[in-house]
Amino acid sequence: MIFLNALIQGILLGGLFAMAALGLSIAFGVLRVVNLAHGEIMTLGAYLAYLSLSALGLNVWMSLLIVVPAMGVVGYWVQRLMLQRALRLSELSPLLVTFGLAIMIPNALVEVFSNNKKPLPTGDLAVQSITIVDGITVGVLPLLTLVVAVVLIAGMQLFLARTKMGRYMRAAADDSDTLRLMGIDYRKVYAFAMAIAFGIAALAGVFFGIRQGGVTPFDGQLTVLFAFEAVIIGGLGSLWGTLAGGIVLGVAHSLAGQISPDLPLLVGNLVFLAILVFRPTGIVRSKVAA
Amino acid sequence: MSLLSAQLVSAGYGDSRAVSDIVLTLAPGELLALVGANGAGKSTLLRVLAGAHKPTSGSVWLKDVDISPLTDFERNRLGISLVPEGRRLFASLTVLENLMVGAGSGRVGEWTADRVVDTLPMLKPLLKRNASRLSGGQQQAVSIGRALMSNPEVLLLDEVSLGLAPIIIDELYESLAVVRQSGLGIILVEQDLSRTVAVADRIICLLEGHVVLQGAAGDLSHEQITDAYFGHSISSFSNPELTTEEGLQA
Repeated sequence: MIFLNALIQGILLGGLFAMAALGLSIAFGVLRVVNLAHGEIMTLGAYLAYLSLSALGLNVWMSLLIVVPAMGVVGYWVQRLMLQRALRLSELSPLLVTFGLAIMIPNALVEVFSNNKKPLPTGDLAVQSITIVDGITVGVLPLLTLVVAVVLIAGMQLFLARTKMGRYMRAAADDSDTLRLMGIDYRKVYAFAMAIAFGIAALAGVFFGIRQGGVTPFDGQLTVLFAFEAVIIGGLGSLWGTLAGGIVLGVAHSLAGQISPDLPLLVGNLVFLAILVFRPTGIVRSKVAA
Repeated sequence: MSLLSAQLVSAGYGDSRAVSDIVLTLAPGELLALVGANGAGKSTLLRVLAGAHKPTSGSVWLKDVDISPLTDFERNRLGISLVPEGRRLFASLTVLENLMVGAGSGRVGEWTADRVVDTLPMLKPLLKRNASRLSGGQQQAVSIGRALMSNPEVLLLDEVSLGLAPIIIDELYESLAVVRQSGLGIILVEQDLSRTVAVADRIICLLEGHVVLQGAAGDLSHEQITDAYFGHSISSFSNPELTTEEGLQA
């Protein structure tokens, strides 16, 4: 029963990892940009939620109505004004730009908010749970996180399959040079994809902050690791693979935690390493539209 | 007034020059064939016209507008559509989705998905099939159909028959004959000389990046074209108005 409970908790934790990884997966799948600042974008989203709480008096869930679109707009213009220009220099230049952002954002956050943890309270929700059978209890917040992650991925799949912009994004992932020959302003397609990636990253950042009882400026350094591991384990560019990768990582963390509280991070990294060695393409077929 | 023209266009890759001082014009409804051996610069020239490759000098005009500063997607929106060498389909998209992406320029005209399928009937049973699961001929048909979906005024076709079975090539050329009836100007890059001569209104032969022969298809003999193609007696063709014999005498 203990093993089963750990397994279930791991799957729920995987929902959080998958949500964190989804934006990264979209950015890589469509733009071929490895966003090293992904964790910091999550952190920025969580701080924006905190600002909405403290300045506007909103609750966390209402703050998402501001945070997600606002970070989407930020993503759009970061792509148009910074990453797109960097792409003209070389394929590796955007990587350096995101590395720079990853350094600047947390330091700027320290200047503005200090190093103290800023709370993202959700009232009773953080402690509410559902007992399924004796010995197996599921937290409402982790369950909600998993449901939101699955809905996000399913929604993203529908968006990619059914909308004109989704088609363009899949075409860009296949062959961006040829997409340009179709009369499509690829810069807008890229920027739209980055807007989605930033918006989802911000949402994930808020969920991370809620789960951890608040947010600090350097949280992104750890969350980006989970996001990268989930994406690589699942298969680069595959959205359902990202969910699978998140769940594998979550289960590894949860089972390792049963042995020792010091082990989850190490075991998660070992699983990641094993996937890189034995199945470097990930556990799910690598396609944005997969 | 010509539909499309290139004025003294030169282009290359790094230090190597692929085409030099090319001058060409395309009239509305005309089919201009570019012929030449591998490396003659045909595909580079098409890519320059489409805006996919930046020339080192010269200009490209659409009607009376200098489109040289425009990018590839801006030129497509003005009515220049390229069927690239190697087909370059979007592999994760279905055939119908490939066609719909081709309509991304938003240009309105007679070419709709239904019309494309009527013109390229081999596509009819394939619309829901993934583009990665098509034969070479089917891929070429999708590539042509995708280009038509932008309702172009100028269609640039690069190596339509490359690597295809003769029966498939025949079918594609039958479809191209229907496409021509819509009145758009076509520049065709092709290595199959006999087929080119049969369909083209005018022929330009390139050799090592230079125009070595040009004229109406009906006025050029097969021997003239093959000689120019392989670089024999180039001097006799330096004046496009001269025949081989006159050129030799000159």
